[in-house]
Amino acid sequence: MRRIVVDPVTRLEGHFKVSVDVDGGKVQRAEVAGTLYRGFEKILAGRDPRDAVFYTQRICGVCPADHAVASSLAIDDACGIQAPVNGRLVRNIILATNFLQSHITHFYQLSLPDYVTGPEIAPFVPHYTGDYRLSAADGERLMKHYFAALNVRRKCQELIAHFGGKMPHQAAIIAGGVTRIPEGDRIAAARSLLAEINEFVNETYQEDVELIAAAYSDYFGYGRGCGNLLVYGTFPEDDAGNKLLFPRGVYLNGAYENLAVDRIEEDVSHAWYTGAASGHPANTTTEADLGRKEGYSWVKAPRYKGASCEVGPLGRLWIAGHYRGGISAMDRIKARMLEAKLLIGPLDRWLTSLEPGGEAAALVKIPDDAVGVGLSEAARGALGHWLKIGRGCIERYEAVVPTTWNASPRDAAGQTGPIEAALTGLPVADPDNPLEVIRVIHSFDPCLACAVHVFKP
Amino acid sequence: MGSLSRRDFLKLCVSTGAAFGLSEMLLPDIIQAFSGPQAGNPPVIWLQGGSCSGCSISLLNSVAPEIGEVLTKVVSLKFHQTLMSANGDMALEAIRDVQRRFDGEYILIVEGTVPVGGEGRFATLGEQSGRELLFADWVKSSVRHAKAVVAVGSCASFGGIPASGPNPTQSLSLGDFMSSRSLINLPGCPSHPDWILGSVVHLVKYGVPKLDKFLRPTMFYGRCIHDACERRKDFDDGVFATKFSERGCLYKLGCKGPMTFADCPKRKFNGGTNWCVGASSPCLGCVEPGFPDVTSPFFVRMDQYGPAGTAPPEGHKTRLLGGEV
Repeated sequence: MRRIVVDPVTRLEGHFKVSVDVDGGKVQRAEVAGTLYRGFEKILAGRDPRDAVFYTQRICGVCPADHAVASSLAIDDACGIQAPVNGRLVRNIILATNFLQSHITHFYQLSLPDYVTGPEIAPFVPHYTGDYRLSAADGERLMKHYFAALNVRRKCQELIAHFGGKMPHQAAIIAGGVTRIPEGDRIAAARSLLAEINEFVNETYQEDVELIAAAYSDYFGYGRGCGNLLVYGTFPEDDAGNKLLFPRGVYLNGAYENLAVDRIEEDVSHAWYTGAASGHPANTTTEADLGRKEGYSWVKAPRYKGASCEVGPLGRLWIAGHYRGGISAMDRIKARMLEAKLLIGPLDRWLTSLEPGGEAAALVKIPDDAVGVGLSEAARGALGHWLKIGRGCIERYEAVVPTTWNASPRDAAGQTGPIEAALTGLPVADPDNPLEVIRVIHSFDPCLACAVHVFKP
Repeated sequence: MGSLSRRDFLKLCVSTGAAFGLSEMLLPDIIQAFSGPQAGNPPVIWLQGGSCSGCSISLLNSVAPEIGEVLTKVVSLKFHQTLMSANGDMALEAIRDVQRRFDGEYILIVEGTVPVGGEGRFATLGEQSGRELLFADWVKSSVRHAKAVVAVGSCASFGGIPASGPNPTQSLSLGDFMSSRSLINLPGCPSHPDWILGSVVHLVKYGVPKLDKFLRPTMFYGRCIHDACERRKDFDDGVFATKFSERGCLYKLGCKGPMTFADCPKRKFNGGTNWCVGASSPCLGCVEPGFPDVTSPFFVRMDQYGPAGTAPPEGHKTRLLGGEV
């Protein structure tokens, strides 16, 4: 038995640590942990509810727009309003474009160095040695695309900036809708950027994913994880938010079912928090407790009907029926690319459906006391914001984010989180260069700044 | 082009009209300043503490020079958690190696706060013999051996959101954490890629740029946003927007431009595409030491809230967003 600790796991957002026990060439036990805590929900308490959109998007610089959407939906819900068509469309445009940015960044900047070695300079050296399978020519071409992708992801951010002022931390999404829709020349500029992004996605990104998938086809057999998929759904196609481009649903123990939101609970038995071990996010009250004996992470353990669930692009495509090839490390990489392709058409449709001169936001009147929930999707999966307003201020705020699901630690029943499950049983050829472990972790695209959170009323 | 005077360099940094970014004209000079990572130029250690990585993402948005050129020709980025290939001990060894081999020669960039609460365990980075290594200790040792120290973003510069009330992790800005060491603050939520690269180049080529009392380079943070704002004329004419979709100055909707110093209105973000007010959204005052506690509630006009640093005062709530009460 040998214990391998990788801390930090790099090329992901935030602070992440993995510890695996390897015996007989396979992982017998895995523990993953978030190692940074900021206490965002505590910071939000007492503030103006409308400000939550601006605070919560700063939970994460990679998926700020995603938090802004969930937060604005939570406030809309608490106020009993809905965004007008322009507001809904611009939120969709900003969110979908950030999915593109995030997926491209994930494949090229965060994942590719697991499969291809780069130039012999920092930050590409040093790196693990061993199982790199592509020919020198293919490797060189992919590294060229690494640099090309940097410019394409930058263009995604420029597209968002036409609407949101800047990225990261766009400024357009507010409770009630968005600030305003831009002039026609900005919409035209956004469409032309989308055309460039489309070309890269369809001609380069797809081909590169297929190349990696073919060379590393054994990874379709690794990293399955818990096998359950959970999706809140997003991209409303009607103002009431009933019809979603990516629908809500759960794939649990091999069967499909509707999502029962009240069956989501958070467990802190193995996280450094006090308080009731389990609870629905609308009611949990927890606080940091570094003395907790079984604790090994700052990430809590959300469970659905008591089960671990994976969230992310694979789940979205699975529930929507676009892709059901399998659940594995390589399926996740493939699903991300397929989702990028799927988003281009709707994005262009939303861009051309804006109604110049029409309202962009509903009037927001903050009630004295109310609760609201915003269920949406971040690039990395299901994202939920729960809000309680008391005396016109934020009384309680809780964000349950994708990586909280995926990187969750064990629960009171000893059930592993999805990444831990995906690592268990994984072959590791060389414990000094645990490439397999890193590849499987990266397939989930973890975002730890988001995952670590706590709230105290 | 490789021998720009400091005066010309400053002119280029300050001028934002002709080209966006630091401008193509500057690129040969930047490359000469560093002459490539293999030439023994100052390596960079970039540490992320209580942060969201937004400033790193912002740096990736650099247009001129493009970030690919920055990585391959301008800096030798020895440690950066989001970008580096190495993992685990191999990654941490890169920090130790730079501290040893480039003692007094490397640039330390810190993004995010240094949380010192919970005995430092709110942020850890690596472990040794089963014991967690504290992020605060990595900062301490990296500061000690650095040639220059740069705080990127509002969190590292002034504490930002992690250090805002009630500061659950006892987060400190880099300046407060390392007390007596000189540094450059490049606040912004996020910081602008030009502010980061322009300041680093100045540092390498000409030394520490001229700083204001908050240690911000005056070449980027020297002018009040309100004075350069595209809607300034509306303010002067008394034309105020009463909801965001209207034309007019956003002052009454909470804009903090009059108390905020940065070149956003001219430089703009994302390759000169746009900025907050351009999206009809109020300036949040994100480059100021008071962000966010002093500059929020974000939708309440400046003269309507209480003393700096206090919780939102009683009765602060305009209650209506998108329209005046």
